[in-house]
Amino acid sequence: MDSNIPHTLPRKSATFDDYTLSEIRRAAQTGIYDIRGAGAKRKLPHFDDLLFLGASMSRYPLEGYREKCGTNVVLGTRFAKKPIELKIPITIAGMSFGSLSANAKEALGRGASAAGTSTTTGDGGMTPEERGQSKHLVYQYLPSRYGMNPDDLRKADAIEVVIGQGAKPGGGGMLLGQKISDRVAAMRCLPKGIDQRSACRHPDWTGPDDLEIKIQELREITNWEKPIYIKVGGARPYYDVALAVKAGADVVVVDGMQGGTAATQEVFIEHVGQPTLACIRPAVKALQELGMHRKVQLIVSGGIRNGADVAKALALGADAVAIGTAALVALGDNDPAYEEEYRALGTTAGAYDDWHEGKDPAGITTQDPALMQRLDPVKAGRRLYNYLKVMTLEAQTIARANGKSHVHNLEPEDLVALTIEAAAMAQVPLAGTSWIPGKQPF
Amino acid sequence: MSTQGLSELDLQKAGVRGINQTLQGLAKNTNQRHWLVRNPMGQHAIAVGLDAPLHVEVHGHVGFYCGGMNKESEIIIHGHAGVGVAENMMSGLVWVKGNASESAGATGNGGLLVIDGDASSRCGISMKGIDIVVGGSVGHMSAFMAQRGNLVVCGDAGEALGDSIYEARLYVKGKAHGLGADCIEKEMRAEHLEDLAKLLERAKRKERPQDFRRYGSARKLYNFDVDHADAY
Ligand SMILES: Cc1cc2nc3c(=O)[nH]c(=O)nc-3n(C[C@H](O)[C@H](O)[C@H](O)COP(=O)(O)O)c2cc1C
Repeated sequence: MDSNIPHTLPRKSATFDDYTLSEIRRAAQTGIYDIRGAGAKRKLPHFDDLLFLGASMSRYPLEGYREKCGTNVVLGTRFAKKPIELKIPITIAGMSFGSLSANAKEALGRGASAAGTSTTTGDGGMTPEERGQSKHLVYQYLPSRYGMNPDDLRKADAIEVVIGQGAKPGGGGMLLGQKISDRVAAMRCLPKGIDQRSACRHPDWTGPDDLEIKIQELREITNWEKPIYIKVGGARPYYDVALAVKAGADVVVVDGMQGGTAATQEVFIEHVGQPTLACIRPAVKALQELGMHRKVQLIVSGGIRNGADVAKALALGADAVAIGTAALVALGDNDPAYEEEYRALGTTAGAYDDWHEGKDPAGITTQDPALMQRLDPVKAGRRLYNYLKVMTLEAQTIARANGKSHVHNLEPEDLVALTIEAAAMAQVPLAGTSWIPGKQPF
Repeated sequence: MSTQGLSELDLQKAGVRGINQTLQGLAKNTNQRHWLVRNPMGQHAIAVGLDAPLHVEVHGHVGFYCGGMNKESEIIIHGHAGVGVAENMMSGLVWVKGNASESAGATGNGGLLVIDGDASSRCGISMKGIDIVVGGSVGHMSAFMAQRGNLVVCGDAGEALGDSIYEARLYVKGKAHGLGADCIEKEMRAEHLEDLAKLLERAKRKERPQDFRRYGSARKLYNFDVDHADAY
């Protein structure tokens, strides 16, 4: 080659980027879709695209630490004889024993109970560890019905009928053979070591009219005591929430596409469902139109990370939020302290998402007895407690700055958006303008 | 109501709530074991969540989920049953003298469900240890994802019997109109004939075990293999 001739630099395709190429090669080699844990990793419009205005001439702030700012929330006031009262509006989302180790479940229960909030079972039944350590335990009623029985139903403080999850609206649970240990297999009544794909539809009802009857049955079995939640993935939040109310829910949980999962096809996680930010206003609108806002409580989840996210979700109309991924990180998931081991697994701390393989160095998403022992449930529970406290203090800081004596007094009028997309989804004005795309002309 | 012999409940007067409260409120060692429920009127969730060795006779048709999550009780339905009869039963007996709608015995963990007539689609869906004996035929997708237990069908089975079945055992006397993914006919060995004979006897059936065929899992879909992906 003539070195005097300028030649163009090698250029990689923006469409066929390195990640895409690696995925094509992986698929060609293995013949199976990519399965992983966690939620959508692509960049999406999110709570970071919103800002609070704070106090000014027309709004007085409250004194930090001195003037009270309430954080309690009561869930299940519509029909249940025994609603749940939580000290903080941040709950722990449903994560199955099976996907998580027994120690991790126990740690979640310890941390949540100390902070005065609830934790939730998952696809795989209720363990004595989590019941024992959870002051408020929500028992999931899933299509698979693994481990479902009337005794545990009565031991629960609330029942959550799962229709879908944000990571995979329309998909069922997955737990691959590596994690089907003897104990997990026995609880789910399945052969050990099989790749288990749970049903995605409930076996004995279809549609909201049947669900209404199913809820009646659950209430009859539990003496109309327990709040009944309905959890939906962020698919059609306006209609789903309206139908959940019609079916008789006390509480509706809406989980956006950033919501974590224990194991799902990557294509599902990244391409099905709507971002959390896009789900909240339609859900609230449905409740308001039915005269049910604040009567049927709304819990929002999917990518909640800090007190600002909590405050923003509440300002948009949620009564509480739920966290999954963040709670696992507080316990010790993806901790850089295990970097060497993450490297050995072909990844790096912060990116580890092969939770379905059961090799978690942090002892959380595993059933391996040796790895599981690494997680001290007492210490990990304390970390979760600290983290929940910090999130609550952060949300209070924001609420006080906006002049609110309870976090539930935050409102959409306290917010502006940094991007047009976020302004349209959250239906708050673009910063510096009075423009809400899709609502008012500029 | 009497303390001995048969106690009566009228659903028209007591409502579903009243019936369930009475039956669920009985102690396990109660002497008041025999109950008769009149006027069920096709209502839903009748006699659900029972947890004592009662004998409950329901005179008439019932709606969805009759006998749901039953433990220990014997519930006899003198009529037809709606969707999900004996769903998630743990133990005991539910006996439908008429026909049953969809998802009969769904996700049941134990006990015996007998249906003298026919059962609709998804009979025994996701069953987890329950035994089901159907005197007539069952509809399509019966024993879908069935994990454990026995489904005995004295008539025919609809399409896609035992789709994605795990370890449950299916016995069909008549014709199976197509098997679902990973469901195959299996050899009827002595142990199976013996099990089947006991089940037929418990359901007071006159059929002979040797006239049935057995179906179960080929176990090819238990672990993912790209060359079996077309089976779905
Ligand atoms: C390890 C793991 C296991 C999960 N298991 C379940 C489950 O069994 N049932 C369910 O409804 N959701 C399950 N989820 C979803 C959570 O309940 C929740 O919707 C989600 O984690 C919220 O989003 P976040 O992770 O961004 O906080 C799971 C999530 C994770 C991370």
